[in-house]
Amino acid sequence: MENSAAALIGMGLAALGFAGSGVGLGTLFGKAIEAIARQPGAEAQVSKYIWIGMAFVEAIALYGLVVVFIIMSKG
Amino acid sequence: MTLISSAIASEAAQASAEPKMDPLHHFEVHKFVDLSLFGFDISISNSVLWMWIACGFAFLFFTQGIKGGKQVPGRLQSLVELGYLFVLEMAEDIIGKKDGRKFFPYIFTLFYFVLFCNLSGLLPGSFTPTSQIIITGTFASIIVGFALIFGFYNHGLHYLKFFVPSGIPVLLMPLMIPIEIISFLARPVSLSVRLFANMTAGHTMLAVMFFYVLTLPIFASWLPFGFTVVFTGVEIFIGFIQAYIFTILTCVYINDAIHMH
Repeated sequence: MENSAAALIGMGLAALGFAGSGVGLGTLFGKAIEAIARQPGAEAQVSKYIWIGMAFVEAIALYGLVVVFIIMSKG
Repeated sequence: MTLISSAIASEAAQASAEPKMDPLHHFEVHKFVDLSLFGFDISISNSVLWMWIACGFAFLFFTQGIKGGKQVPGRLQSLVELGYLFVLEMAEDIIGKKDGRKFFPYIFTLFYFVLFCNLSGLLPGSFTPTSQIIITGTFASIIVGFALIFGFYNHGLHYLKFFVPSGIPVLLMPLMIPIEIISFLARPVSLSVRLFANMTAGHTMLAVMFFYVLTLPIFASWLPFGFTVVFTGVEIFIGFIQAYIFTILTCVYINDAIHMH
């Protein structure tokens, strides 16, 4: 296989990291909504932590993007 | 000003050509003035220029907002006071009342520098300084290096206990201590890559969508166009939240150096 073709396949595979981040976001928001439904008074507190957590979870998917860039520079 | 106008002219010359898929074009660094000092490259590039512009925006925002200093604040002054208290509360909450005040100037500067760099990238024809890993990496390694030195300065050799988790059987120590050390060494990497990757990904996504706005026929191009409008709003939010995360983690690392966990 040519190098560039292998690089393209690798870049596509590295993009699969989004799946894990999707699961993480689903769990995060699902649990947060559950928490707010049980204890509506804590909404301000919980939503502050949702946004912090969301930024962390999203960043995990973007590490995949960094791998794509590394492969792109080699391919 | 000639720098900016020449940059815009070169952008316009490229835009008039046939649109081609090049979503990473936004992140190319061009040198405007070649300079070097003791062998180091200190050229003025578009990255440096947009950092200056972001600093200028931040400076103007705060000096104009606080000018006069009325008892009953107007709209802009309220915003400035809100922004000030937001960072002050963050520093005092995490680091503690007394030590938080001590580090507040640095944390405040860091937050607003990162925030304005993130947001300046959304202006048409601009450049996002925080989308370069060298810039975020420099910040992150300075912060973590400072936290490490400050920890040893505060606690002396007792700071080594930071790497020994408490409440773990002694048999597990050979396993846990390397893990703790690796997780400490991963701090600057994760701190810098998080900001850099978020900024790069958002702007790349916008660039891909703009490409489809230009190339698709008119009956379909409204779809990516609407998406870019929504996504610009999301980008403003992400720029804010990433600046927040960056500073909050800085506070956490400095707090670790002062009060060992």
